[in-house]
Amino acid sequence: MAVIDATEGSGRRRARFLKPLSGVLRFAVVILTTYLGLLAVTFFIGRVVPVDPVLAVLGDRAPASAIARVRAEMGLDLPLWQQFLLYLKQVLSGNLGNSVLTSRPVLEDVMRVFPATLELATFGTIVGTAIGIPLGVLAAVKRGSITDQVVRLIGLAGYSIPIFWLALLGLVLFYAKLHWVAFPGRIDVTYEYTFTPITGMLLFDALIQREWDVAWDVFRHIVLPGCLLGYFSLAYISRMTRSFMLNELGQEYIVAARAKGLSEQRIIWFHALRNAAVPLVTVVALSYAGLLEGSVLTETVFSWPGLGLYITNSLQNADMNAVLGGTIVIGSVFIALNLFSDFLYRTLDPRTRVK
Amino acid sequence: MTDISQFQSRRDWLLSNQPASRLQARLGRAYMIWLSFSANRLALVGLAVILGLLLVALFAPWLAPRSPFVGDLANARLLPPGTDGYLLGTDSQGRDILSRLIHGSRLTLMVVVLVAIIAAPLGLLVGAVAGYAGGWIDAVLMRITDIFLAFPKLVLAMAFVAALGPGIENAVLAIAITSWPPYARMARAEAMGVRNSDYIAAVRLMGASPARIVIRHIMPMCLSSLIVRVTLDMAGIILTAAGLGFLGLGAQPPLPEWGAMIASGRLYILDQWWVATMPGIAIVIVSLGFNLLGDGLRDALDPREAGK
Repeated sequence: MAVIDATEGSGRRRARFLKPLSGVLRFAVVILTTYLGLLAVTFFIGRVVPVDPVLAVLGDRAPASAIARVRAEMGLDLPLWQQFLLYLKQVLSGNLGNSVLTSRPVLEDVMRVFPATLELATFGTIVGTAIGIPLGVLAAVKRGSITDQVVRLIGLAGYSIPIFWLALLGLVLFYAKLHWVAFPGRIDVTYEYTFTPITGMLLFDALIQREWDVAWDVFRHIVLPGCLLGYFSLAYISRMTRSFMLNELGQEYIVAARAKGLSEQRIIWFHALRNAAVPLVTVVALSYAGLLEGSVLTETVFSWPGLGLYITNSLQNADMNAVLGGTIVIGSVFIALNLFSDFLYRTLDPRTRVK
Repeated sequence: MTDISQFQSRRDWLLSNQPASRLQARLGRAYMIWLSFSANRLALVGLAVILGLLLVALFAPWLAPRSPFVGDLANARLLPPGTDGYLLGTDSQGRDILSRLIHGSRLTLMVVVLVAIIAAPLGLLVGAVAGYAGGWIDAVLMRITDIFLAFPKLVLAMAFVAALGPGIENAVLAIAITSWPPYARMARAEAMGVRNSDYIAAVRLMGASPARIVIRHIMPMCLSSLIVRVTLDMAGIILTAAGLGFLGLGAQPPLPEWGAMIASGRLYILDQWWVATMPGIAIVIVSLGFNLLGDGLRDALDPREAGK
């Protein structure tokens, strides 16, 4: 690229200067339309699909006055497109309605439970990445060997096992029979009221406050659901790592590195993996997004008080505002991570910069 | 001229590089695919599992030893596996788990087939139109596709079911709505590949309408990759459906849906582990079967993608 810089004329340079700008514009359009799409879908689900949206929001035991008020608030007598604009205005100003179940604003509820989900998904991603990448590299290096087959089988199982079922079995084994882990919830009742969280991610909070016994207790709660999520992210990450590594190991620069007499370990971990790392970042970001979603089922099994449990509880109580609010939040984070991984890929891989 | 007797064996006839008829060419091609598919032992296992599922679903009423709905509450509650007459044990209502699993295979198959029937043609149509038309039609359709692709599938399906009401039909609809975008992406890529080829130009010259070109000449080109993709997605569909069932949003009791069976066995997991374990094993076997079959089909039909 340096060579090109020195030899190209100024016209090309100007075009290159404009390129990121058009890129930013394109990106803005993508973000806006995707987000609008999400809200259109939640609007559709909340206002168009139910026979009576007011009933869907309030439940069938609400008094007539409340029904009339909400009907006016939602603008149900307006044409559909005006209703949608009204809905957009409400959501964008942070008004996701009130939850019937907790009778608090949905946004407040969601913000309170979200750190728990974030903590679980982060734990899972760390486990999945830390084990999945080495496994994938190993499988690629020893292609066709027993190791490769075993890694492939581990991955396939991850694609075929229902997570909630494995979670139940894990509870029976590690909680009921072996007493290795704690259950249910995130923290023991003895600490629940004495410990003040800062970020809401308890393990992190306990560690920075040097409350070692609390940290240990939180760890005993998170380790099983976290590792389970980690396993499912591992299945995906190891499979992708293997494929990226095979791609890199077939390149000529690897032959060149071998010819220079570099050790095989150095070639694998420094040369090949570094190049495979670019698409891998995307994969890790995507799997993180997947875990945020995948935690819905896991949280239900482990009574983990996060967004997933909040959504399922609201679902079972026909609390539509809460369900859609939770969907919007998970959807937003999901979209953000998707776009972020896309963006990261473009930034990290020099080949995608200049066409 | 080239009747079978000329060839040494049927195999030679199939592999002849001068096929005398369209049928011979097609059979020959199918035979080649079968050869490379059947060389993969795991793929054969997958095929066997799926054929087994089909047979079990087809003959469920004859295979099941007992009723899947009516149990023996008085004498047969929560019997462990291997009890006389109850191979896999009984559940909390005294129903034979094996019989429920056998009947449940019909539900699993129904979900998978219905989702495939709804989502695959939809994605195929959107992608083929976008790829063939190009321009702003392509831009708009692909933007919509990408929007759906960026959504969290399970959560969106949950919200859909919440609005539509729980039930297996609604679960199918919800899963289908969230699973068509990858097919559209794929079909678009294939359509763009053949859009400017000579045979399309020839068809156009003969006066075929765009609709005819897309439906008769572009969509068939996307079929083989679509089949592979759908097969690989089947496991995911089964898991999502089971997840919805587990949350009580899919099939409703007393239907023997496997995910819902796990949910009902959850209460007894500590003492009567088999109630929740058996349906899980069934799910694992079937999704593993679809995954193995899909992998094998991909390697056989599309060598470019092999190993990815």
